[in-house]
Amino acid sequence: MIEFTSVSKRFPDGTVAVEDFSFVLPSHKTTVLVGSSGCGKTTLLRMVNRMVEPTGGQVLIDGVDVAGQDKVELRRSIGYVLQSAGLLPHRRVVDNVATVPILRGVPKARAREDALALLDKVGLDRDLARRYPRQLSGGQQQRVGVARALASDPNILLMDEPFGAVDPIVRADLQVELNRLQRELGKTIVFVTHDIDEAFILADQVVIFRKGGVIAQAGTPAEILANPADDFVATFIGADKGKRDLFLQQRETDAGLTLVVDGSGRPVGVLGESEPARGRES
Amino acid sequence: MNLLLDALRWLADPGNWQSGSQSPLPIQDRLLEHLAYTAVAVVIAALIALPLGFFIGHTGRGRQFVIAFTGSMRALPTLGLLFFLLMVFGYVLSYDTAPIVGATISFVILAIPSMLAGAYSGLESVDRGTIDSARANGMTEWQILTQVEVPLGLPLIVGGVRSAVLQVIATVTIASYAGLGGLGRIITSGIGLNDYDLILGGALLVTALALAIDGLFALAQRATATKGLTDSPQATRLRTPSRSPRPRTRESA
Amino acid sequence: MIGELTLNHTRLAVIPIVASFVLSIPLGWLANRNRVLRAVVIGGGSLLYTIPSLPLFVILPLVIPTRVLDETNLVVALTIYGVAVMARSASDALASVEPATIDASTAVGFSPAARFFRVELPLAGPVLLAGIRVVSVSTIALVSVGVIIGSANLGYLFQNGKQRGILEEVVVGIVISLLLAFVFDVVIVLLGRLLMPWTREAPAAGRGTDESGAPQGPAGPDQMVALTGGLR
Repeated sequence: MIEFTSVSKRFPDGTVAVEDFSFVLPSHKTTVLVGSSGCGKTTLLRMVNRMVEPTGGQVLIDGVDVAGQDKVELRRSIGYVLQSAGLLPHRRVVDNVATVPILRGVPKARAREDALALLDKVGLDRDLARRYPRQLSGGQQQRVGVARALASDPNILLMDEPFGAVDPIVRADLQVELNRLQRELGKTIVFVTHDIDEAFILADQVVIFRKGGVIAQAGTPAEILANPADDFVATFIGADKGKRDLFLQQRETDAGLTLVVDGSGRPVGVLGESEPARGRES
Repeated sequence: MNLLLDALRWLADPGNWQSGSQSPLPIQDRLLEHLAYTAVAVVIAALIALPLGFFIGHTGRGRQFVIAFTGSMRALPTLGLLFFLLMVFGYVLSYDTAPIVGATISFVILAIPSMLAGAYSGLESVDRGTIDSARANGMTEWQILTQVEVPLGLPLIVGGVRSAVLQVIATVTIASYAGLGGLGRIITSGIGLNDYDLILGGALLVTALALAIDGLFALAQRATATKGLTDSPQATRLRTPSRSPRPRTRESA
Repeated sequence: MIGELTLNHTRLAVIPIVASFVLSIPLGWLANRNRVLRAVVIGGGSLLYTIPSLPLFVILPLVIPTRVLDETNLVVALTIYGVAVMARSASDALASVEPATIDASTAVGFSPAARFFRVELPLAGPVLLAGIRVVSVSTIALVSVGVIIGSANLGYLFQNGKQRGILEEVVVGIVISLLLAFVFDVVIVLLGRLLMPWTREAPAAGRGTDESGAPQGPAGPDQMVALTGGLR
């Protein structure tokens, strides 16, 4: 469980990123922080592994203040994935994945074996293990990034817009993959994005931010979609144009087909016959 | 052309490579002296400049200082510095040791700026995101320096050392004018004796040495830039992403 | 006497500096055309730059109709060094102009020549300026080496001072040399400001962090030139 208590962050140049922020992120769930650039979501994320130090308040992991722990040890026990994957370009993929275990003193051979297993887990071919990051596609690099974050078997995964730099098709794949992994592993995931649809796919709990780290609304995707707290949220999720209210329509000419339309009558799709690709709820 | 041929003939003459000959010969003695002076100065300079450069590059402190420092050091006239130090040490040390100490110190002083700049810019050239990621994964600052920044910044670091070595080779050549040994001795002897073979022969030797060492360093730089880093070996990225030659993707009017 | 030496020193420095600047622009342009030309121009310059000064003074007369002790010899050698540094700088400078800007100016209707002189060259200005500052300082420092081949410049103070054991003379020579370099630098910077009013002071290349603390990129091209001497 991650808890923020009255956390503030004021930067040396005077900008206040976050003011008096309090929130609890439950264990083994995916919490997605959403908002436009500059709303403080990345700042809050980076406070969990002390890449950013709060100027006020505390961040607690399972009741223990992170400020009291050794920074380096803390970071080795938390997985961190960022947008550009941040892989070490001069190391092979397998060594990149094995970074933290090796730092912790695990013998190289075993660390590499474990790394290969992780590559399987994130859906990558073991052939790629001997390659260098540059030789992989963006999507593949991101998967390596996730594998690396999982290498030390952390309880917490911090993900900062990890799928932002890949194209939409790859992004969709990665989102499905992440959900599959999460069903399997049950980590506490803190995910930052500016894409509300991504949030809805991945989250158990969505937190929508205004500027300054102020929470506009927090809740499950269904709760937010059903009852946007105010106009800001409604605009943010696209509900103001009726896009989020869906209705079923049956026309005589489309026998046997049920059309799904949004609030303004725009056809969104057709009611499916089989099971959807699995989201957060199985 | 004749002069060149004469000089080449002079170089090829085994008599000039005979040990025990009178100064400025034999050639190999002067060559070894030259290399020795260079090596000692470069090592000392590296021991000072590289750690300092790494510190500045890693922490980002002292940036303005480095830029100002290297800029102003470039303004120092080498001959002036050399003679100044030779004379200063001439006051405190004996007649024999003063020239060597004074000269070596001036070599070191002249070698430091390039190495400092290379070390610093090499570290600066490493992608900030990669460093951030390494830190977030729990690498200590030292580990980040040694496992990420230095390996990735190696091309520019080696480039700095390369510049420094050549600078020292050049200065050692001139130092002979103040009484030191080295290949420059051949040139200055030639000037004194009005023997053009010596003058040109010496000049060719120094040139060959400089080009050879430069070539070795170029290979070294190439080697440090491979391994999945960049496509082209010349990793001295002095500029931002806009590559050269400019891609002719459109017809200019 | 010192005044004469200084004036002579200045004269001997100005010619190579100006010549380097002028010659480097077409060379830089050439180097950007294709890989082969780039290798020839930059590689050739790099090679020549590697040759230490004294040997170069001696070897040049074989190639050009001067004698070792000629002043022209010295000036040509200094120009070669200057061009070696500046050509690389010019090549980088021209390459650093945003392709979008060049594209736009072609679309507006500039002819290639006009575009080069009115758009690309001015925009390449800051990096060119950084390069010429490096060349200026290096050239002034190198001129004094010319005393070995008989040139009458500030280097004479070093030579004479050493021969006669007058430390002060050597120091004076160094100080004047440094002052000269400083003055040249100021003049060049002022000229730069005059000719490029759209540029501000030395750009603060962001080594800072963005709002969340994630870090930013390294120094821009002109600072890198100043740092590494524009060559390696």
